[in-house]
Amino acid sequence: MKQMLNVALPKGRLGEKVYAMFEKAGFECPSIKENNRKLIFENEEKGVRYFWVKPSDVAIYVERGAADIGVAGKDILLEYEPDVYELLDLDIGKCRMAVAAPKDFRDDSQRTLKVATKFSNIAQNYYNSCGRDIDMIHLNGSIEIAPILGLSDVIVDIVETGTTLKENNLEVKETIVPISARLIANKTSFRFKSELIEKIKNELASQTGEIK
Amino acid sequence: MTELTIRKEEQVVFALRSLYEMFGYRPYKMTKFEEYDLYVRYKDFLISENVITFNDTNGRLMALKPDVTLSIIKNKTDEGSLKKVYYNENVYRVSKGTNSFKEIMQVGLECIGDVDSYCLCEVLNLACKSLTYISDRSVLSVSNFDIILNLLESENIEADVRSRILDLISKKSVHDLIAICKENDVSEKTAGLINAIASLYGKPEFVFEKLDELLPGDENVESFRKIINSLDDEAQKLVEIDFSTVGDSRYYNGIAFKGFVDGISGSVLSGGQYDKLMNRMKQNDKAVGFAIYLDMLERLNETVNEYDVDVVMLYERDCNIKKLNREIEKITYNGTKVMALTSIPNEIKYRKLMKFDGEEAKEV
Repeated sequence: MKQMLNVALPKGRLGEKVYAMFEKAGFECPSIKENNRKLIFENEEKGVRYFWVKPSDVAIYVERGAADIGVAGKDILLEYEPDVYELLDLDIGKCRMAVAAPKDFRDDSQRTLKVATKFSNIAQNYYNSCGRDIDMIHLNGSIEIAPILGLSDVIVDIVETGTTLKENNLEVKETIVPISARLIANKTSFRFKSELIEKIKNELASQTGEIK
Repeated sequence: MTELTIRKEEQVVFALRSLYEMFGYRPYKMTKFEEYDLYVRYKDFLISENVITFNDTNGRLMALKPDVTLSIIKNKTDEGSLKKVYYNENVYRVSKGTNSFKEIMQVGLECIGDVDSYCLCEVLNLACKSLTYISDRSVLSVSNFDIILNLLESENIEADVRSRILDLISKKSVHDLIAICKENDVSEKTAGLINAIASLYGKPEFVFEKLDELLPGDENVESFRKIINSLDDEAQKLVEIDFSTVGDSRYYNGIAFKGFVDGISGSVLSGGQYDKLMNRMKQNDKAVGFAIYLDMLERLNETVNEYDVDVVMLYERDCNIKKLNREIEKITYNGTKVMALTSIPNEIKYRKLMKFDGEEAKEV
């Protein structure tokens, strides 16, 4: 039986863009475009099996070896710090992790800063590096309303165009790190399926303009 | 006892112990506890900083061992001589996924003292042999830390940037390496070399050919090549050079390696030279060793037991127990597993149901 390469793709717009890159690289799987609720698709001839998972779960699938490779945002990799290889910056899904606050916010360094975020680890590491004492408020969504309602002083979140911030009277105060989608690989799979993984990496790299 | 009764990890432990003894490594037995102070001083050396602590009867703060190597080094007294030991111990660490403490069984060996090239080869050979006992599809990824450290030392790179660079090398994250080198004014030449070496991976002959182009005449490359070329034939088949195998530069130096087995996610074996840790512990000796994480091997049990027992033997409470015993012994003689019960069990899966009629057992 042919050895298959399991590829975890993030559900949603980013995942569709990523699949298009894999397709262009010669690893197509036509059944993926059929309109149904299936989550696993394979092309035995090419030796690839794709599956859609929640974007924040891609890194877990790859770290644990259920997927050999996958595509995850740098935000997820920084937040969960999975033990995986980060083989390539795909140069898509670009945005930034930033500190945002109401336009008139002035940071009083005498007080503990209240920070609301979905990305507790990233926020903690950032404020540790600044030596700033913070009160972390972990939220799971609608982060932007936290400073409006007085729940927090600032938020740490992903900013793409800044429209949501602007509509909520917030603005970016600091950029923590730029974010983009990364091709990640399981450390064991990289050794036992290295030829195919390297081939995919090089094909995708040629699409991002990186030198092979 | 059938092979199935002995779990894979137990079989491996037996095999490894006799392997290490064959090469003159002596068993090292230690207590489960150590003074907490030892781990505070070298907490960066530990895989997880969390340690289970308790107060001893005399008030001293003790810890359940999170690591074996530190205890072995601490107890080495005769400087200069060569000490070869192996251990089979439980350690207590926080598991990353669950964020709770886990008991992990480790088998490993340490070679401490006047470590020379032969010792390095011997340890690498034994690491490869250990992997073959675990699976016939395994790889030992080896790197030489000194080659990378030398490059970093050639530039005036701050300690925290250096550790970020090492972290990115361990992730093979070339794109972020390029960015960090640029941010910190690392010369183009060094940045190019760091990136090229971080992406180097493959069989030794291929990698050394590339290294000769990148770092012609480099002393560390030469000594690395000498060691890899001196490995025995079986080990050569398993070895691949991969510079993403790096550790904390405050403790490790020279050869570093990790063992991977197809079917198990993550490395099952980890080791290398740790002369710097020895120096920090005020010992002038050199050291090399490795550990195998046995908890990971349970995932290698290829055969899932379909049945709990082969035979369920039903008996009446007032039957002749001596005769029942005789019947059961007849069946168990060839290794068949029998469970004697008075009624058919709900949760037990069995192959055959038998009934003892007072004289003999008959299939139902």
